[in-house]
Amino acid sequence: MRHIISILVENEAGALSRIAGLFSARGYNIESLTVAPTEDASMSRMTIVTSGSDDVVEQITKQLNKLIDVVKVVDLSEAEHIERELMLIKVRAGQKERDEMKRMADIFRGRIIDVSDNTYTIELTGDGRKLDAFIRALDHGTIIETVRTGTSGIGRGNRILRV
Amino acid sequence: MDRVKTSALSGAEIVVRCLQEEAVEYVFGYPGGAVLFIYDELFKQDKVKHVLVRHEQGAVHAADGYSRSSQKVGVALVTSGPGVTNAVTGIATAYMDSIPLVVLTGQVPTAAIGLDAFQECDTVGITRPIVKHNMLVKDVKELAVAIKKAFHIASTGRPGPVVVDIPKDVTAAVCEFDYPETVAMRSYNPVKKGHAGQIRKAVQLLSEAERPMIYTGGGVILSDSSALLRELVRFTGFPCTNTLMGLGAYPGTDKQFLGMLGMHGTYQANMAMQHCDVLLAIGARFDDRVIGNPAHFAQNPRKIIHIDIDPSSISKRVKVDVPIVGNIPDVLDDLLKLLGAGRVPDVSAWWKQIDEWRAKDCLRYDRSAKIIKPQFVLEKLYEVTKGDAFITSDVGQHQMWAAQFYKFDKPRRWINSGGLGTMGFGLPAAMGVQLANPGATVACVTGESSIMMCLQELSTCKQYRLPLKVVNLNNRYMGMVRQWQQFFHGNRYSESYMDALPDFVKLAEGYGHRGVLVEKPADVEPALRDAFARKNELVFLDFITDQTENVYPMIPGGKGITEMILSEEL
Repeated sequence: MRHIISILVENEAGALSRIAGLFSARGYNIESLTVAPTEDASMSRMTIVTSGSDDVVEQITKQLNKLIDVVKVVDLSEAEHIERELMLIKVRAGQKERDEMKRMADIFRGRIIDVSDNTYTIELTGDGRKLDAFIRALDHGTIIETVRTGTSGIGRGNRILRV
Repeated sequence: MDRVKTSALSGAEIVVRCLQEEAVEYVFGYPGGAVLFIYDELFKQDKVKHVLVRHEQGAVHAADGYSRSSQKVGVALVTSGPGVTNAVTGIATAYMDSIPLVVLTGQVPTAAIGLDAFQECDTVGITRPIVKHNMLVKDVKELAVAIKKAFHIASTGRPGPVVVDIPKDVTAAVCEFDYPETVAMRSYNPVKKGHAGQIRKAVQLLSEAERPMIYTGGGVILSDSSALLRELVRFTGFPCTNTLMGLGAYPGTDKQFLGMLGMHGTYQANMAMQHCDVLLAIGARFDDRVIGNPAHFAQNPRKIIHIDIDPSSISKRVKVDVPIVGNIPDVLDDLLKLLGAGRVPDVSAWWKQIDEWRAKDCLRYDRSAKIIKPQFVLEKLYEVTKGDAFITSDVGQHQMWAAQFYKFDKPRRWINSGGLGTMGFGLPAAMGVQLANPGATVACVTGESSIMMCLQELSTCKQYRLPLKVVNLNNRYMGMVRQWQQFFHGNRYSESYMDALPDFVKLAEGYGHRGVLVEKPADVEPALRDAFARKNELVFLDFITDQTENVYPMIPGGKGITEMILSEEL
């Protein structure tokens, strides 16, 4: 089962390697990992997408909580939540592909953020499946480069993760 | 918050002042370039005593033994690079057994970090998976708080080693010394009280049990809950077993004690674990050497109550019905109050069954042998020391025999590397034990292979006049490896035999100690009596023991807890 784990962690040097190290040392999967400071500069928020049985995910959250730098851990996927990922994708956009590429970007509510004679760079946000769908919808030969941030998530409504 | 403030001090002075504030009695260490300023400050004072080991692994094991036998935090000090890498085995040993240590490591100057400087290594990176926490202090202003945090983290919650990495320039830099009395961390607040509802559920299960079993581990010793455990076991009349790490928490000589459980546990303890209907686990973690194959263990249904300070130890290998996260003494206190108000079930039928298992006398061995049986040495050691010694051990057959045959009636008397299984632990650990307990009888039970892994510490013993007794069970084999090869590898003793062993008597004498060779069963007891009568001398007793003796019972790796191999004698 896929789980999205949100972590508030002290903004200390090495905090990221503690968490990444825990996953590799105990053989847990990391599908994606994103991290950046929060509005409180002393803390970072991390979103890890992982997969495993309920027992494994329970161990993951317990082991994360055990790390001294970790302030709070929540399994977002346990309840209503929103997830988003950002992708930047550079595609071939010569004379003959240009119009079709623009149309595809519009359909997926992407934005073209860089243009050259023969390329477009498209910015696309959504959950991971939407980004996958966009990639599938393109003619594979037109894709030059992709970069994805990995999933970020937040609880819906009154579900809040803060200190 | 009360604060100890003084005028500006150097980082090195701050380190030493922090140790003084923490009332640290001994620092076990070895100097080197990156810690020279700290050593200079140690030289200028006499509150904190330094014990100079011969190898950094010995420093950490000694600090570990000091802590295990005293309940205090052990402190080690090593230099950067090889000082740290040598200390790694000691740190990992302490981590696996949850021993509170503060390990201060020198680091190259901050400006040189990352440049492959002389004696540089990524200490925080290397030790990260084997510490409770670690930190690199890059600013002298953060040094005192870092050390305070290190002591706080090491000794609270589930204890463990904490590494503080201090670059050389930080020890030279100057700032005002401001040692906090307490430290608050929003990300670290270990629980104390257990959940009242869960404790009620546990009491309910215990009061309805027909075949109850109490199984306790190192957590009871680390949390100093032995007295409460004894009260609980006596009040309920239930049987009790201890893990290798938990021996001494419940008196080894008591009738309600079934002996150690696990891979080399007693027949009765393992059978009772499998066939009980309510299992109360306290400060133990159901590890592979204890319950064997978890699928086999799950074949017999039973309700499991698990008390532990560390939630991640609960339902890790075995699914638990009533988890109680909390500090063991707090939880046991609450549990006892509730139990006292209720009824205690009649478990006489269960005891009848247990006594039948016990009648197998699974630790029996050939007492008429013409060669020295290792078990016999341990029995005599127990007699001669009247069961009141601190026993450290190395790792292997001798460790298991010591655990089986020395009946520990008190906690913190049995000092061994249970989790990591570190050969070489016994001798340096015994040094720490002796320093923590001056005047006490301390013996290191070892084998000829283990002892050679930290043999150099015999020199430290001489320097500090530590009158340890080394009980070397010399069977000329790595006995436990040989035993596995006999059972599971067709008697092919691949590299488990050591040719060209040293003359241990001469070796001991070379280090300035007394060495004694014992080759006949009749000489065992007199040799022990003579050695333990020498209160001011380290005596190295080299017992030439049966080469083919095996440790029984034995649960083969991956097998179920009741699938024991018993001695041919049975």
